[in-house]
Amino acid sequence: MRVTVRFFASLREALGRERLDVDVADGTVAGVCAALAGALNQCQREALEAPGVRVAVNQVLAHRSAPLAAGDEVAFLPPVTGG
Amino acid sequence: MRRQVRVQTGDFDIAAEWAACRARCGGGAGAVVAFGGLVRDHAGEGSPVCGLHLEHYPGMTEAGIKRMVDQAGERWRLLDVTVVHRVGALAPEDQIVLVLVAASHRPDAFAACEFLMDHLKTDAVFWKKERRASGDAWLQATSSDRDRRAAW
Repeated sequence: MRVTVRFFASLREALGRERLDVDVADGTVAGVCAALAGALNQCQREALEAPGVRVAVNQVLAHRSAPLAAGDEVAFLPPVTGG
Repeated sequence: MRRQVRVQTGDFDIAAEWAACRARCGGGAGAVVAFGGLVRDHAGEGSPVCGLHLEHYPGMTEAGIKRMVDQAGERWRLLDVTVVHRVGALAPEDQIVLVLVAASHRPDAFAACEFLMDHLKTDAVFWKKERRASGDAWLQATSSDRDRRAAW
């Protein structure tokens, strides 16, 4: 299935892209990471897997094991700070 | 409880927000507490800051702030809450965030305003990049921010 992947802030800069469509074999967030890994260098993979990076599916925080549906938006969120 | 949550690039007028809050509350409000956050011209260790760049996740950010406001509304007796958070490029001395809380009695308004600000710092979906002469750096919530959040 095909999902849309988005990166924000420091992750967007590290990966050099804001959004891309990815085909996911096993239909989970972990599958998205696996699909991305081939296109990333070591430094980019480490940025994506860094502690504190959270994942949202359709704008709701989700675990890496969360199941996906075609067309879902999977966002990788670095640690936040507002105010 | 009424709630207004906005994320915007433009500045806000604290006097206009205050007046609008009072107009919505009529005679029911005995207290309005406002917190305004400003962009400092220096970081914690004193090094100069040229400005900030703030980013958000449209939709998710607003939904998260609304949940925080609802949590505050469950905990204290509130009449009206306004949260305005700016994004984009900001310069030192700019306004960055407004939290305005109206209640019948001041203890509720004071507590909810502080609760909301402490949660905005650690839980709201914003990313803040500090621009310094030595280069730009993405910031993370500090341990003191996390401690304040945990204390609630």
